[in-house]
Amino acid sequence: MNEQKMLLSKIKKYDFTLKELNLYLDTHPNCRRGLAMFHKYRKLRENAVDEYTRKFGPLTPEQVNNSERWTWTDDPWPWERR
Amino acid sequence: MWQYEKKLQYPVKIKTPNAKLAKVIISQLGGPDGELAASLRYLNQRYAMPYGEVKGLLTDIGTEELAHFEMISAILYQLTKDLSMEEIKKSGFDTYFVDHTTGIYPVAASGTPFTATYFQSKGDIITDLSEDMAAEQKARTTYDNILRLADDPDVRDPIRFLREREIVHYQRFGEALRIAQDKLNSKNFYACNPSFDKNCGKV
Repeated sequence: MNEQKMLLSKIKKYDFTLKELNLYLDTHPNCRRGLAMFHKYRKLRENAVDEYTRKFGPLTPEQVNNSERWTWTDDPWPWERR
Repeated sequence: MWQYEKKLQYPVKIKTPNAKLAKVIISQLGGPDGELAASLRYLNQRYAMPYGEVKGLLTDIGTEELAHFEMISAILYQLTKDLSMEEIKKSGFDTYFVDHTTGIYPVAASGTPFTATYFQSKGDIITDLSEDMAAEQKARTTYDNILRLADDPDVRDPIRFLREREIVHYQRFGEALRIAQDKLNSKNFYACNPSFDKNCGKV
């Protein structure tokens, strides 16, 4: 696996953890342990996304940081075999 | 509002096209217990919900279902890419091909196009949450059946992920039903509808 794929896979794992905690906290809004985990993984995700977008391009349109070219529409798109 | 992220929730990497398998998996795109019906069910039902926890849950699960809709689309796209005419004829995919070529269109495995009659939005939270729990189990059964029909590990892996999400959603909807009933029960002994009956809960 190259660096880009590894970093994207890491982001997906953080996103999955955050989604799980999100749904759990919806029905357990007073669980402090769950909330602390949410904050922990949100920070980890933030750092991974920063690194990814700096090196490999945007995951959302407002993350385009190239001043020469609109990189949002670059191939491949997620449904395409890589 | 919503924002798109340029990635799948879980990876889909299928090396071998298989039109026959696409023909059955498409039911989770546009079939009676598919991901499109799931997403529209929860995102429509949430307006009748008086309780924040459950408004949040319907919004968040409805949103996750859109990501599952994209994963199923990616599976179908990769299963039908670079198919030969011979494979299309032999697999029975020809009946879909004639109308859609290899474009992605929401139908059930039977060929019936997607319809909003697959879900309800009843405006009554006990009714809606009971439907939601059943819907998650029906989708889980459909994924079990797909796993009985699919041999390719590249296909089984994302399908197993989606199957597990149905179980988590079922658990969360069960908790949501309990929350809703607890809030009703404090003054509402007859389970009147808090989003319509004006005096509901006010004795």
